[in-house]
Amino acid sequence: MLGLLVMAGSLLPELVFSEQFRGDPEAGAQEYVRCQGCHDLTRHRTGPRHCGLFGRIAGTVEGFEFTESMKNAEVRWDRQSLDVFLSAPMERIPGTSMGYAGISDEQVRHNLIAYLESANNDPSQCPP
Amino acid sequence: MKMANIDAPQDLSLLAVTTSSTRRKFLFAAGGATFSASAIALLSGCASYESSASSEAAEQDIKILNTAIAAEHEAVAAYQVGAESGLLEKAVLDIAVKFQGHHKEHVDVLSNTVTSLGGSAKTTKSSYDFPVDQLKTQSDVLQFAAGLERGAVSAYAGAIPVFDNSDLAAAAASILADEAMHWAILRNTLGLDPVPEAFFS
Repeated sequence: MLGLLVMAGSLLPELVFSEQFRGDPEAGAQEYVRCQGCHDLTRHRTGPRHCGLFGRIAGTVEGFEFTESMKNAEVRWDRQSLDVFLSAPMERIPGTSMGYAGISDEQVRHNLIAYLESANNDPSQCPP
Repeated sequence: MKMANIDAPQDLSLLAVTTSSTRRKFLFAAGGATFSASAIALLSGCASYESSASSEAAEQDIKILNTAIAAEHEAVAAYQVGAESGLLEKAVLDIAVKFQGHHKEHVDVLSNTVTSLGGSAKTTKSSYDFPVDQLKTQSDVLQFAAGLERGAVSAYAGAIPVFDNSDLAAAAASILADEAMHWAILRNTLGLDPVPEAFFS
């Protein structure tokens, strides 16, 4: 399902989505604590690491055991796909092991995504 | 390196289950210890679950439980690293060992639940990638542990709404409360406001 959504989204000009995106990375850094029960930027934990997330195909990072659902999701992680997924992970990719209700507040999702982008572009947080 | 006497997990295998029309009582091997009302609800919920829930819903709940089990195993291992670091004062070490024991109990009850649902419970990993090079003081260890506990609170808060079985959600809330208390105590030990906010997500 998400694959279809992402494919449809990819047909839209990136600029359109970017204009709607109002993420605040500093606010997102505060929100990231909610992810840290399972995730870390640089280390695989219960969930996969977040460094290298953007542009990655879901379920492909080395060293982490993904569910078949995630491996077959055919999603490339970007602002839009993350926004869709984080709104309701278990509905967007049924069968994911991410047992999390999701983040209903769009602004909070955008802040979180902005933080992840910022961290991924910061070599001190995500070494190349 | 200081070693802590914390590597003897309690055997919390289910010994007996008695059921009445109004309640179920679970007895566990550890000195006849009984679990909290919520933990009992968790397992009693499983009994009713098997008779009514769809296999798809059960599979989803097993996945959620196994994610929680993986995180609990990680917490047990993390406290082991902290306890063996030689960086903790005796009083703080005692707290760490106690909290680790709680996480072991969580693992046991969650694993028993997965098994009772017909699933296979996740086991501990052979190794964990902890930032041990950053743990140089007692404060470092406490901050590391506090971060894990805070994250666990969010993880349970995010998992509770997606359980198909409301008894499982109630039991997860019981564990969330325990881990929130851990977080508060660790923050207090660090000299931080133990409860800085009224709400958490």
